[in-house]
Amino acid sequence: MALLEVEKLNVRFHTPDGEVHAVRDLGFSLERGETLGIVGESGSGKSQSMMSLIGLLSANGRASGSANFDGTELLGLPAEALRRIRGRRVGMIFQDPMTSLNPYMTVFQQMAQVLQHHEGIGRKAARARCIELLDAVHIPAAGKRVDMYPHEFSGGMRQRVMIASALLCRPDLLIADEPTTALDVTVQAQILELMREVRRETGASIILITHDLGVVAGLCDRVLVMHRGEEQESGPVDDIFYRPQHPYTRALLAAVPRLDRADGRRLAALGGSGSAAEAAAAPVQVVRTAPDRAAPPLLETRDLKVHFKLAPERLFAPARVLKAVDGVDLALHPGETLGVVGESGCGKSTLARAILRLVEPTAGHVTLLGDEITAAGKKAMRPHRRDMQVVFQDPLASLNPRMTVGTIVAEPLQTHFPGLGRAEIRRRVGAMLERVGLGPEHINRYPHEFSGGQCQRIGIARALVLEPKLVICDEPVSALDVSIQAQIVNLLMDLQAEMNLSLVFIAHDLAVVRHISHRIMVMYLGRVAEIADRDALYERPLHPYTQALIRAVPIPDPELERAKAFAPLEGDLPSPVNPPSGCAFRTRCPIATPRCAVETPELRRIDGHLVACHEADRPRAPGD
Amino acid sequence: MIRYALSRFLGAIPTLLILVALAFFMIRAAPGGPFDSEKALPPEIEANLRAAYHLDEPLVQQFGRYLLNLARGDFGPSFQYKDYSVTELIAAGFPVSLRLGGSAMILALLLGVTAGTMAALRQNSRTDHAVMAVSMTGISIPNFVMAPLLILLFAVTLGWLPAGGIGDGSPRYLVLPVISLALPQIAYISRLTRGSMIEVLRSNFIRTARAQGLPERTIILRHALKPALLPVVSYLGPASAAVITGSVVIEQIFGVPGLGRYFVQGALNRDYTLVMGVVVFYGALIILFNLLVDLVYAWLDPKVKYA
Repeated sequence: MALLEVEKLNVRFHTPDGEVHAVRDLGFSLERGETLGIVGESGSGKSQSMMSLIGLLSANGRASGSANFDGTELLGLPAEALRRIRGRRVGMIFQDPMTSLNPYMTVFQQMAQVLQHHEGIGRKAARARCIELLDAVHIPAAGKRVDMYPHEFSGGMRQRVMIASALLCRPDLLIADEPTTALDVTVQAQILELMREVRRETGASIILITHDLGVVAGLCDRVLVMHRGEEQESGPVDDIFYRPQHPYTRALLAAVPRLDRADGRRLAALGGSGSAAEAAAAPVQVVRTAPDRAAPPLLETRDLKVHFKLAPERLFAPARVLKAVDGVDLALHPGETLGVVGESGCGKSTLARAILRLVEPTAGHVTLLGDEITAAGKKAMRPHRRDMQVVFQDPLASLNPRMTVGTIVAEPLQTHFPGLGRAEIRRRVGAMLERVGLGPEHINRYPHEFSGGQCQRIGIARALVLEPKLVICDEPVSALDVSIQAQIVNLLMDLQAEMNLSLVFIAHDLAVVRHISHRIMVMYLGRVAEIADRDALYERPLHPYTQALIRAVPIPDPELERAKAFAPLEGDLPSPVNPPSGCAFRTRCPIATPRCAVETPELRRIDGHLVACHEADRPRAPGD
Repeated sequence: MIRYALSRFLGAIPTLLILVALAFFMIRAAPGGPFDSEKALPPEIEANLRAAYHLDEPLVQQFGRYLLNLARGDFGPSFQYKDYSVTELIAAGFPVSLRLGGSAMILALLLGVTAGTMAALRQNSRTDHAVMAVSMTGISIPNFVMAPLLILLFAVTLGWLPAGGIGDGSPRYLVLPVISLALPQIAYISRLTRGSMIEVLRSNFIRTARAQGLPERTIILRHALKPALLPVVSYLGPASAAVITGSVVIEQIFGVPGLGRYFVQGALNRDYTLVMGVVVFYGALIILFNLLVDLVYAWLDPKVKYA
């Protein structure tokens, strides 16, 4: 008999604006030991359907239908009986490990409560079991760390604590809601590996809720695709990926840029105006500009450094310095896109800010169109600011909520061209909005009336209305759903071709970066690890960090994922306040030698790559 | 922690100095003097008196003298209560005020937190609306209006409680002044607790606790109460100042012989040293209390580390 049998599950929310039917007639069954992936974009009802099963809907939510869990009907079960199931027989793992653990209690205090309430065991036995589980999820020095607070753990370690807490009472079912979404790819790979291990060792069934098709491909036996509260398609993982039946599934697969391919295919932009079927139709080739490498570089940085002084740890101790960016050289040609990747904390955003002079560089030079702008005063900077614009990560937060869209987009024009007449400004704003896919009816609306993707279009319009030569995009699509992400990426590429823009595209998603960039720069702890043309970089990465980073990205292809001989990069990014001596990567590097601890590697040219590694040109066994 | 407390103490000295200077010059700028009375004193006696208390010196010199004495812990003699030093008056009045103010604070915390939590747990219910309505009343009616009303009802009409004084010092005498003093604080603390409790209950880690199947009681008491109390703890600093200023009025209305009454009498009689003494004493007390609040905050919130 199946462990969980769900039939005709409906979830409705009563809101002041009427009833919202969030989940419609959902049905699936889950065998013991099986892993089911539930895939969908935000608002597809994937989380709410699971929350409804264990009685965690918000107060205005109602669930109907049937959900048989190991012989017990979950829907309509009294609250107390449901509570006995939660945490004991069903373990939950949530998305954001930063906020999902109680910051005011030590790890032991919060874990012990679960044991105390479900198994009634004493403090001493609880402690032993907590340490045993932390040890099982590979938390080093578990005996000591069990008494620490969540903020003393890194993001990846916190997610391990979360998993250990979910496993405390040996549940039959684990529900993981976007367990790796907030994590860096390298840490994501570690957590996914841990989840495979948990499945192997506990035999628990897993329901994995995610928007990331790559994660599904590597972990799940069966997949259920949801859209707007309804099941679109479900089946074994290979069928879904290799023989998708439903147009939505096909569109979703086509919307994801592939790390392992550079076919120049235009991303399918489903949703919005075009129907899913339309989007899944024949892929269009992307119009790509070739960067003009013969022309003098548009943007150049030389030995750019940004150091932040921190408060000393003790009174009278020397001030500590955080070297966020520590000597970066780059050149960007007209019409070129430079992708910048690296784990969070590697200094990629600070680099962007230093180029824009939103933070002051500590040392080094930034040259824009041949003019050195590092020392330019506020007034002298102004004409340069017109040439370099920025698009930020959080689409809504980066727009002033009290200004209309028209005012937001007009503001740069009024600042930089005070002589322009009102009619001319209105004309240009209207044309720009139309260019990014918004209509004249949107001009007098406020940002909160728009979706995330539309807000990002407004942000792009604001950046491009000045017809700049350089646009720095700092994680412009990481807050968006895949289909919306595809729209924005396509838009940026079209605009680049049209306006001959140079782009610096910062992202942690290596697949998106591969899709959009001509050249890619990999950063590690404030320094450049490797720069190369994108296909050269992805097909033959030379720096061991680049290799690890690329290997860590889950690919939406079940066979490729299964074939991966897994050796995820271990550990976390070291503290940039106290980086390792010599090569900063040596502490996590599989091929480090004693020399790496002493000598900081400089960038050298090998096979058209620029690589900062002593060992990059030494022949290595495959799979290293 | 100790180093932090020490540096906070040192940091409080400039604040205290500004306070002393302001109080010193302002009370002297007020018209009249300590020896004015219905019947004018003969000029030579007044001159003698002024010389005895150094009031004939230039202001700056008087200020310097006051600071020097203050540094030795000497608040000087009272001008009005001629046989007492200001220190003795404070020693006599403060225990009474402390009993009044301390009881009011404890009452405000207990009732405020309980009512606020109950309102948060039954958000938008009748309990919630009732608590919020009562607390709005508590905030909007000033205590010099509330106190006479309470006296009228409980002392005059019902005759349950004494109307004023401290009699034999039994708690019965404290009930009405404590309630009048605590009411606005109960109101404020309950609103604060309700707001932060509602926010904490919506947070992700509470969802985690629910998903772990913990009973609601444990979730509230062990997981939610501590973070929900943090804003209340930060409010205790300003609250202590409000209770102190409130006590000045309340002691006057109920005829409680506390420090506040001395302060009012001192101000009316231009008893410069007494007023200054109370200002400095209460100022130091408020600074001390704010420091304590910060230390408690650090103890509650593991992310705050004072170095």
